[in-house]
Amino acid sequence: MTAPRTMLDKLWASHEVLRRDDGVSLLWVDRHLVHEGSHHAFAKLAERGLHVAEPDLTFAVVDHYAPTRDRGRISDPKIARMIQTLRNNAARHNLRIFDLDDPTQGIVHVVGPELGLTLPGLLINCGDSHTSTHGAFGALAFGIGATEVAHVLATQTVWQRKPKAMRITLNGQLGPGVSAKDIALNWIAMLGTGGAQGHAVEYAGQTVRDLSMEGRMTLCNLSIEGGARFGMVAPDEVTFAYLENREHAPNGPDFEAACRTWQKLTTDEGAVFNSDVALDASGIAPTVTWGTSPEQALPVSASIPNPDVMDPAKANAARDALDYMGLAAGRALDGIPVDQVFIGSCTNGRIEDLREAALVLSGRGAKVPGLVSPGSARVKAQAEAEGLDRVFTDAGLEWAASGCSMCVGMNGDLVGEGKRCASSTNRNFRGRQGRGARTHLMSPAMVAAAAVTGTITDVRPFLQGRAA
Amino acid sequence: MAGWSKHTGRALALAVDNIDTDQLIPARFMSVPRSDGYGGYLLHDMRRNADEELHPDFPLNRHEDISILVAGQNFGSGSSREAAVYALVDAGIRAVIAPSFGDIFANNAINNGLLPARVSNSTHERLIQTLTDAPAELSVDLPEGRFTLEGRTEKFELDEGWRVKLINGWDDIDLTQQHAQTIRAHRHHRSQTAPWAWPALCE
Ligand code: SF4
Repeated sequence: MTAPRTMLDKLWASHEVLRRDDGVSLLWVDRHLVHEGSHHAFAKLAERGLHVAEPDLTFAVVDHYAPTRDRGRISDPKIARMIQTLRNNAARHNLRIFDLDDPTQGIVHVVGPELGLTLPGLLINCGDSHTSTHGAFGALAFGIGATEVAHVLATQTVWQRKPKAMRITLNGQLGPGVSAKDIALNWIAMLGTGGAQGHAVEYAGQTVRDLSMEGRMTLCNLSIEGGARFGMVAPDEVTFAYLENREHAPNGPDFEAACRTWQKLTTDEGAVFNSDVALDASGIAPTVTWGTSPEQALPVSASIPNPDVMDPAKANAARDALDYMGLAAGRALDGIPVDQVFIGSCTNGRIEDLREAALVLSGRGAKVPGLVSPGSARVKAQAEAEGLDRVFTDAGLEWAASGCSMCVGMNGDLVGEGKRCASSTNRNFRGRQGRGARTHLMSPAMVAAAAVTGTITDVRPFLQGRAA
Repeated sequence: MAGWSKHTGRALALAVDNIDTDQLIPARFMSVPRSDGYGGYLLHDMRRNADEELHPDFPLNRHEDISILVAGQNFGSGSSREAAVYALVDAGIRAVIAPSFGDIFANNAINNGLLPARVSNSTHERLIQTLTDAPAELSVDLPEGRFTLEGRTEKFELDEGWRVKLINGWDDIDLTQQHAQTIRAHRHHRSQTAPWAWPALCE
């Protein structure tokens, strides 16, 4: 009898081409997703006169620099050049590109799953750290740097040392107004941004089983903020139901056969993890960040901690963060005024996220300006079919096209210096949303509540009498 | 990429934890071709005010010719942007010494000849005390996994595979192409055992 194996073990074994003496594996890559930022990698390829090894397994997406308004006329020549470079590279190497006018364009981590390019059992690489998102399907998905992107393009393989296995088990029912984003911010606050470094995190437990695919993707997406390059959830009926009839997923009898294989990917009973953490999800409250690291997060009812009484190892970082954020220790988080809001990104720009935000905003006005950028053109169309766009615009928010937008500001959607933004994104790093920008991470529903009051506030009272 | 075994240079401490890749190079500079050089963007927003003037009290602005940086916990956390490594390398940095590194950053560093040397908290503490605002000569011995500062030699941690790669200046694509046949065999096996792994074609 073979020893019980984790999902990580199984996924690793099925992709391992060879293992060097030093323990580093050469892995076969099933899907490679590239975007405008991959220009360095294509340049490396050109330097060496190499071709893309598997154009049919390589997909190009315009997202990081995608304009969210006036797509026909890109005024910034740098942005136009970045997008044109990707087009040229895609054309040269015969890659399918999801361009600005494509009805399936969107953020790479939204588009992959939506089109069924993301499947259980696959190894998926992309030159973007939030590639862990795709692990929500039971895939081995991880972000890589430009040199590695060039390597995958040239060889369809990647060198990687197998990470340690970590399991985060969540049980207990999430309260109303609490979502996967809050779970993620909680575990990261508990374990720290380096808490899962060197590990692949498998999320398990009934709370995770009860999450939709959108929620699971949010959870896996944020793994990297806790230091883990990989996040994953075992595939189940929820996964299969999501994938059925997606255009690039297998169909008919092929799909059923694939499902039977995918079912076997789950971690065996008794398999051992290097690190095992359990959390009670019923105790999680809507959570917001107060500093410049995702671990600097607290329930919205809390007050900003006093660095003087903190763990000395964290105190200096907290002082610097508060200085940057323009906040004082002891101040209640609830009630901090914000200048603007943003709903979008590969973390929380999916249809379910927009529905949750719209549920709060419906029939209410926003006190501060804000931008809503759906995660993909398809999410946009779906939201419009459901009338969600009207909810946002009636509230006074701007409804724009899809892209990374204000998550990283590469397309020019920036938060101004010193401005405070309630944001559904993933990084509250200094300057992430623009130089001097002050970002508070929270769930899309919490962002919607912040829009209504113009302050950071608990979303729960706004949901009373409204069915989720 | 050239390999290297030993390096002696001026080391300086930057006693800040969690310097993420957005700090190392803000996103707005990432559309620049590498041939233009990324050194000027290193820690741009920490080093310069909104009018592009250098902050006179920022350590890296006060001291020149630094090739070894001693940094805090979790250095290079965040995005996969290799530009963060380009900024360091183009600014002349050969090694970063820290208690921990972001995983993807460390990988990227190795791919560009930059040493991410991990040290214990106590060693780190001593380096910070010695090198804050007082650069000094430090020698790195890659094969031995040691460095020497002020006559005292201490160890650093580095994945064995990475050490070999740095010393030899190996390029992964060349290495991998030697395994082309094994890769082809794996591809064939996968297409037989997991045909669903190829995207269904659609109109
Ligand atoms: S939305 Fe943000 S985190 Fe996601 S891929 Fe785009 S830039 Fe990266």
